Amino acid sequence: MTVTAADPAAPAADVRTGRAVITGLGVVAPNGVGVRDYWAATLAGTPGIGRLTRFDPSSYPVQLAGEVTGLEPAEHIPSRLMAQTDRTTQLSLIAAEQAFADAALDPAGLPEYETSVVTASASGGFEFGQRELENLWSKGSQYVSAYQSFAWFYAVNTGQISIRHGLRGPSGVLVSDQAGGLDVAAQARRYVRAGRRAVVTGGVDASLCPWGWAAQLTSGRLSTRPDPDRAYVPFDVEACGFVPGEGGAILLVEDAGTAAQRGAGAYAEITGYAATFDPRPGSPRQPTLRTAVERALADAGLTPGDIDVVFADGAGLPELDRIEVAAITDVFGRYGVPVTVPKTMTGRLYSGGAALDLATAALSLRDGVIPPTVNLRHLAPEYAIDVVRQARPGRIRNALVVSRGYGGFNSAVVLSTPPGSISEH
Amino acid sequence: MADFTIDDLRRIMLEGAGVDEGVDLDGDILDTTFTELGYDSLAMLETASRIERLLGIRLSDEEVGDADSPRRLLDLVRRTAQRLPEGVPV
Repeated sequence: MTVTAADPAAPAADVRTGRAVITGLGVVAPNGVGVRDYWAATLAGTPGIGRLTRFDPSSYPVQLAGEVTGLEPAEHIPSRLMAQTDRTTQLSLIAAEQAFADAALDPAGLPEYETSVVTASASGGFEFGQRELENLWSKGSQYVSAYQSFAWFYAVNTGQISIRHGLRGPSGVLVSDQAGGLDVAAQARRYVRAGRRAVVTGGVDASLCPWGWAAQLTSGRLSTRPDPDRAYVPFDVEACGFVPGEGGAILLVEDAGTAAQRGAGAYAEITGYAATFDPRPGSPRQPTLRTAVERALADAGLTPGDIDVVFADGAGLPELDRIEVAAITDVFGRYGVPVTVPKTMTGRLYSGGAALDLATAALSLRDGVIPPTVNLRHLAPEYAIDVVRQARPGRIRNALVVSRGYGGFNSAVVLSTPPGSISEH
Repeated sequence: MADFTIDDLRRIMLEGAGVDEGVDLDGDILDTTFTELGYDSLAMLETASRIERLLGIRLSDEEVGDADSPRRLLDLVRRTAQRLPEGVPV
């Protein structure tokens, strides 16, 4: 009887570390598609916010958005998939493909049950749903696409990525608005700790259609100011709400051991995470963002002095900005850490926003530079924070990313320079 | 519309469920199974629904499920449109 040699492509179990590193990024953002274009635009402070073009916004109180432009999904996705997907799924699929390419990892070569997918979604497929609702009321039920059954669904981005690339490890979706983009990174880390080799994570939201717009307006948090440079200005004395956008980022997370074994460089290691939930509105108890930050640092085994940059949530509403500044100054001290809000260039992308911040923080770690916050003219005088307004070079070992979701979600993630990182090569 | 042709079916398939990478709908597909063409049950549901709307007919779900190739689906559509029982030549 012949003894079969071990498949050299299969990693030995002892190679695995259970440590989760980010090895690939895919970006679809209003100010750039693809890592290279997005990062160049972001460092240069080039915004992607303008008057809506995807539908006529003139009858709505909010008319600005961050739209992903210069990308034709049909050029990247077969018609078989185009027919059954909303734009949010199409952008997710494009970003996932970018992430695999960026990591130089061929998903077809991965053991199917060792690769998971977990994405965040705040809204599901609104544009697809609107079209089918229009078919329903104007023509009748027999005109509703069979694909409406799942095309609207929060989990559909995860499902379509899983199907397209044959990834059958434990998978799921997290729905916690903006904070979901961080919560999924933590779930990806759990999967790696449990022995998975790779996890596709991150999130994309895209609901810039009349139905999606009407739903977004109900939050009362959108800025009605018409000037793209003044509409979304977190921490500014003129803060008056936010501009919504579409897009996000998909990240490839791998076990540090198997990544190193295949010679892959890593952008960052996911070293810390915590999530909290706020007391009900009107409660005398304090908001819990600060606790999320403190626990994420503790989880990473770091002290505030170890953090080189904070990617803030930057809600853009005075009350929420005040809470975030208090959390940052309570933990780091007055002007104690550089703070940036690159989403001032893209608008808030819901689940895609925090996922994009993670990608941006990973790029900061790689290149040793903090991207700027744009359009901040007059920092509110009571905010004792050091807001980065122009790309700032410097050694970055640990970055804190903070995110809050509508309804009380607070999440914080710490990314750290991993051994053998791209920046050290 | 009894002369529902393979080209009509191709157009409906493209509009409704699309085509996978590596599949050539314009080729000789009459006897290729829908599975080989990358069509699952939902794609068949969407295709049948569009044929029903176009021709103003009602196809039986069970018979659509049995029609595993374009030739058999065309046969089903023609028989249904002409109200012919199974086995009678169209």
